[in-house]
Amino acid sequence: MQADGSNPARVIFKEGLQVLLDRLKAAGYQVIGPTVREGAIVYRPIDTVAALPAGIVDEQAPGRYRLGEIRVGEQRPLFAHVVGPDSWKRWLHPPQQLMWRAERKKRGIVFVSASAGGQPPRALLGVRACEIAAMRIQDRVLAEGEWPDAGYRERRKGVFIVAVNCGRAGGSCFCASMGMGPEVTEGFDLALTEQVDAESHRFVVTAGSPSGQRFLDVLPGQPASEEALRRAREQTAKTAAHMGREMPADAGSVLRASLDHPHWEAVAGRCLHCGNCTMVCPTCFCTSMEERTALDGKGTERWRQWDSCFNASFSYLHGGPIRNSGAARYRQWLTHKLAHWEAQFGTAGCSGCGRCVTWCPVGIDITEEVRALGTPQETMRHDGG
Amino acid sequence: MARKRPRLAVWKFSSCDGCQLSLLDCEDDLLAIAERVEIAQFLEASRATAPGPYDLSLVEGSISTPEEIERIKAIRMQSRHLITLGACATAGGIQALRNLREFDQVLASVYAHPDYIDALATATPVSDHVEVDFELRGCPVNKGQLLEVLNAFLNGRPPNVSTYSQCIECKRSGTVCVMVAKGQPCLGPVTQAGCGNVCPACGRGCYGCFGPAEQANTGALSDQLAALGMTERAVRQYYRLFNNNAPAFREESKRHE
Ligand code: SF4
Ligand code: SF4
Ligand code: SF4
Repeated sequence: MQADGSNPARVIFKEGLQVLLDRLKAAGYQVIGPTVREGAIVYRPIDTVAALPAGIVDEQAPGRYRLGEIRVGEQRPLFAHVVGPDSWKRWLHPPQQLMWRAERKKRGIVFVSASAGGQPPRALLGVRACEIAAMRIQDRVLAEGEWPDAGYRERRKGVFIVAVNCGRAGGSCFCASMGMGPEVTEGFDLALTEQVDAESHRFVVTAGSPSGQRFLDVLPGQPASEEALRRAREQTAKTAAHMGREMPADAGSVLRASLDHPHWEAVAGRCLHCGNCTMVCPTCFCTSMEERTALDGKGTERWRQWDSCFNASFSYLHGGPIRNSGAARYRQWLTHKLAHWEAQFGTAGCSGCGRCVTWCPVGIDITEEVRALGTPQETMRHDGG
Repeated sequence: MARKRPRLAVWKFSSCDGCQLSLLDCEDDLLAIAERVEIAQFLEASRATAPGPYDLSLVEGSISTPEEIERIKAIRMQSRHLITLGACATAGGIQALRNLREFDQVLASVYAHPDYIDALATATPVSDHVEVDFELRGCPVNKGQLLEVLNAFLNGRPPNVSTYSQCIECKRSGTVCVMVAKGQPCLGPVTQAGCGNVCPACGRGCYGCFGPAEQANTGALSDQLAALGMTERAVRQYYRLFNNNAPAFREESKRHE
């Protein structure tokens, strides 16, 4: 509500969404949004509403993802899907990044830091509540600590977020039990709630920032009625009640109390330590550095790339990896996410997005693993870590 | 004063020449390398040969004949560093499939006059016979990794060649997982990264050309392959491709006999 009692939210239609994309582009943003590639919905640059996954829904289960079709009367919803293998991390904390280069000159070695600039500010379209939560988690790690990552901070600061309230929860979703969704409550510029019925296809749009409001005020459409806003809230509440899975409420304390549980060996027997879970996780931030020298030895570049606690080489110190078994590495991942992250960064390291559940090739489900670890068993001895 | 250029030799054993071709394929980069080293021996590129000793020997191919055992020992004696290239030299290659059978039967099924053939009953990696300084995987090796190994050698640093799974490469490059999104079998979770993500990026599963990843959990992958509908026989044969004789793949294939 504004001071005069009027309601600044608006109802727009598909044409209005295209106008929003055009205005964002005109304002200098590169728009990144959900689109279908290779049988999944991923986040890539898009120009038009036509690139969005109209009438596409994703069916998700542990280790399984399939696209299907969805129609409401004649209408094809644009945001019936949930989250896919990409996260916004690909754009904010990219898989590969040049950190600096060095050149051998007559007067010695000269270091040149690679600028984070050169990229347009980005508008992210279709950001879900769990994804905003994940960005906030990464903000703490990458931007707000003692040694902020300049590149991340730069990219994050310029970002314009068009969020979406989920109208449906996926088979692997558990944001509600993490308290991280599905309702978008903060950290956005605009938030859409898609409403589709046989007669119409519209979006209730609210603004979450002054800049979002400026875009919203000029979108073609009509002011949203109290009734439309109430229906939007009800729809999101319904999503919250239909989560695919649930994280036990006491996950952190369960894990802290089960460091020697024999179940770590059991899950390590199934785990491929392929690292997929950490790659798709929107909060996992680990990277490793690589020097790429010029053949003539006159220069070198330092590159940073996504790495994973599931890689034995990742914990390699002089003499060998300190987490030299699958059990030690699986335990590192789960306890860091759900227990030690809290102590380290003041929040859980999991948003409940369910990506690690779906994209694990053998379908290991962290909510089930926590449940199993909560079942007391005789303790075991453990190598490593 | 110009430093003396290191002397490079390239050798071929039982193999298809594909890895040497990858070296020729480096084109412009190869010219840059040729400026930094003296190419003393590389028959695929030039007839001219020069005697040892050599600073770096690159070896392609498996050890498959008695003559090859002697030859690799002689090369090792003359080489300060020895790096093996490709699945044949690092694991025995496709020809190591004969290690799993009666050799006489294999010979008889291929040659009209097996008695003309003087070969070993097994095809084995170079490291089974002499000390190897670095093993570069792949069938064939990846051009970028090959250049990286040469670059590292020339600059006196360890090469950046990762030992983790192919999945890491898929995810970094944004390739959608064929196993999860299409239910296709894939050896990627137990295969070392490095090929440049060739197969999954074309929408099909990994064939394991780069051999087993570090601490590969092949048993867990086989369970999943079976869940995706692969028969025992198909699982067994899946591990019996170019790296069939790499210990992790060999042992897993035997579990499905
Ligand atoms: S939990 Fe799943 S995705 Fe993660 S490393 Fe293990 S097998 Fe791979
Ligand atoms: S741990 Fe799994 S559910 Fe939690 S944020 Fe990461 S990918 Fe999502
Ligand atoms: S396609 Fe294969 S290599 Fe790529 S992520 Fe999936 S299982 Fe791993």
